[in-house]
Amino acid sequence: MNLILAMLIILIIAALMVVFSSRLLLAAISLAATSIMLTLLMFKLNSPIAAVFELSICAGLITVIFITTISFVKPVAQEDLIETRNKRIKKYAALPIILIIVGVVISYVIKPLVLALPAIVQEKNVANVLWNLRQVDLLGQAIILLVGVFGIVVLFKEGQKK
Amino acid sequence: MLALFVLIPLFVVLILNLLRFDFIKKIACWFGVVLTLAQIGFALFVPIDLLSSRSGFFAKYFAFNFTMDSLSKLMIVTIGIVVFTAIMIGQFTYSDDTKRFNFLNLILLVLAGMNGIVMVSDIFSLYVFIEIVAVASFVLISTYKDKLALESSFKYIVLSITATVFILLSISIFVLISGSTSFTAIANATKNSPSSSLIVIAVCLFICGAFTKGGLVPFHGWLPDAHSSAPSSISILLSGVVIKVTGIYPLIRIMNITGGGGNPVKNILMFVGALSIVVGALASLGQKDIKRMLAFSSVSQMGYIVLSIGIGTPLGLAAAVFHILNHAIFKSQLFANAAAVEKQTGTRDMDKLGGLASKMPVTGGTSIVAMLSISGIPPLSGFWSKLLIIIALWQSAHYAYAFIAVVASVITLAYFLSFQRRVFFGKLAEGLENVKEAKFGLVLPALILALLTILIGVFFPLVLNKLILPIQSILKL
Amino acid sequence: MSTANVEILKLFIPFVILLLIIGFYYILATRNLVRILLGVEIITKAALLSIIVVGYVTDNMPLAQSLAIIMIIIEVFVIAVAAGIIIQIYKVTGSVDARNIRNLRG
Repeated sequence: MNLILAMLIILIIAALMVVFSSRLLLAAISLAATSIMLTLLMFKLNSPIAAVFELSICAGLITVIFITTISFVKPVAQEDLIETRNKRIKKYAALPIILIIVGVVISYVIKPLVLALPAIVQEKNVANVLWNLRQVDLLGQAIILLVGVFGIVVLFKEGQKK
Repeated sequence: MLALFVLIPLFVVLILNLLRFDFIKKIACWFGVVLTLAQIGFALFVPIDLLSSRSGFFAKYFAFNFTMDSLSKLMIVTIGIVVFTAIMIGQFTYSDDTKRFNFLNLILLVLAGMNGIVMVSDIFSLYVFIEIVAVASFVLISTYKDKLALESSFKYIVLSITATVFILLSISIFVLISGSTSFTAIANATKNSPSSSLIVIAVCLFICGAFTKGGLVPFHGWLPDAHSSAPSSISILLSGVVIKVTGIYPLIRIMNITGGGGNPVKNILMFVGALSIVVGALASLGQKDIKRMLAFSSVSQMGYIVLSIGIGTPLGLAAAVFHILNHAIFKSQLFANAAAVEKQTGTRDMDKLGGLASKMPVTGGTSIVAMLSISGIPPLSGFWSKLLIIIALWQSAHYAYAFIAVVASVITLAYFLSFQRRVFFGKLAEGLENVKEAKFGLVLPALILALLTILIGVFFPLVLNKLILPIQSILKL
Repeated sequence: MSTANVEILKLFIPFVILLLIIGFYYILATRNLVRILLGVEIITKAALLSIIVVGYVTDNMPLAQSLAIIMIIIEVFVIAVAAGIIIQIYKVTGSVDARNIRNLRG
């Protein structure tokens, strides 16, 4: 339990690093760190397959997508770095305070929560066997793959110059 | 058999892309037209039992869990009508062959996605297909890559993903309550105590997501920009069917499955509906751009639909679904008219237009039909659906909301009359002397839709008995 | 079994809500389109975490894992299309300042 609590706190700290980093590249890498912490949490919660997907896709592919985008795009303001850093601190200074207050309030509010969890007979097999029951979602994934491919083609292919 | 509604557009897209002949690109749109007409025909004239049969060799290899009830049937007919219009308008407004081909591919995939949305019986599959339609819409809005369209598309992306996160959180609460994501399991788990706080939280999160996707106030920020800066056929698609199928239809399903979550949720629905009606109507009064005015009008009509759902009686639900069909028809037609006007005159600014009725008689005539229908003038279809909504409100003693609905109907008539006067009547603005009527292909969908509006209005009893009243018996609110 | 799992649920709920708050605050407060996309990613991670926790607590890991896998794949395509649009916005307008978008009225 303490290990899980520590991992959750590191998750929140990594997310805060995404918010507070002044360089975009650092923010993207902090997002990858958040994904890695989420992977470790998922592994601790007995979902190894989903953890592998999260690690390879979110901490890998999406970080690459972000770094590609950042390399295409110049930063917004070319002003003094110190001044932007001070403005950022002022803008985001309220965030940790809000987080601590909300965290404390919610953990007190849900302490007396009593929940009747459903007692159901389900498949105890590995997630792979479940693919027989969720074929509609697989069909949806195939369609969204095609949509993504066409989307990238439409967005990036220049029109023919007549 | 039901899976064919989703699989056939998918196969057509694959085949069209594997055959890389040049003439395929030119005639590709007609495949889409044939497909949508076949969809409308099958959905209207083949009984549901025959469609849902799981026989044949197909069922041995695939076990797609699609179901269809009368609400799905009506939605499939609506989807077919609007996508048909969008493809016809797209055939004649896209200038570039490649762009048109990509448009057709994406719109066939949107068709597959929307058919999937209305036929699934599982809340997570609903999310998957909603995302398909959303991602395709992001791309379709920004086809021409102009500044306005790209920025509206980005705004739509951020709000759509926010809605998705709300829907996912709601799905996780439903899994917590019932242990599975299928509609029947959730219905079983929630029927014992429909007003427990956990269910109310889950339903509220879900309807927040549905409101954002459906463009209701206060989450409507993306709608005017996205619908007005998209290309004409995409505006038809978005305003005619996407906001309803990805926003209102999940709302109806959740309200039906979970028993509505009790009176607080229904009051929220009615309040948000009334707010959207008023805000949309007032905002349309001051618009100069035709498509922006039509987009705010969509916000207003979505408010009518949600207000009617929130009443909670079967009549309210049937009136809401009927209004979905009617609004799809006359909003698509209005956007088709706007497309014709824009193509012929090159501008959408109502200040610069005027006196087009003599130059574009067919467009002007059909837009008068749509205007009368949307304002609720008998005997057109819009009159019947608004009448049903007001009757349902009166029957359940919500007199204040009925009054708001009637007043907003008058405001609707006001801004549409102003639109007519500024664009079609009055004296001819300068620079418009050489304007002719749009090509037959652009005018034909508007003619068909106007005819449909008149027919549904005149043959209202037939439509009511065959399409609308069966919905009351299936759904229980 | 039930009470231990409910304890774990009570441990996770505040953190899911904290992640949501971080993400939403970031989206509302930042001026850069790429950072808005990062905020969007954060709230999606919160949704993922909630699905996994709920699956663990109801002892239904196969369902939760398959849902999580599908969510991750769909999220990839959404982020890819969004990144493509950001790059096109940069090519067309030369900046990724969100103030242009926030003022898109009339």
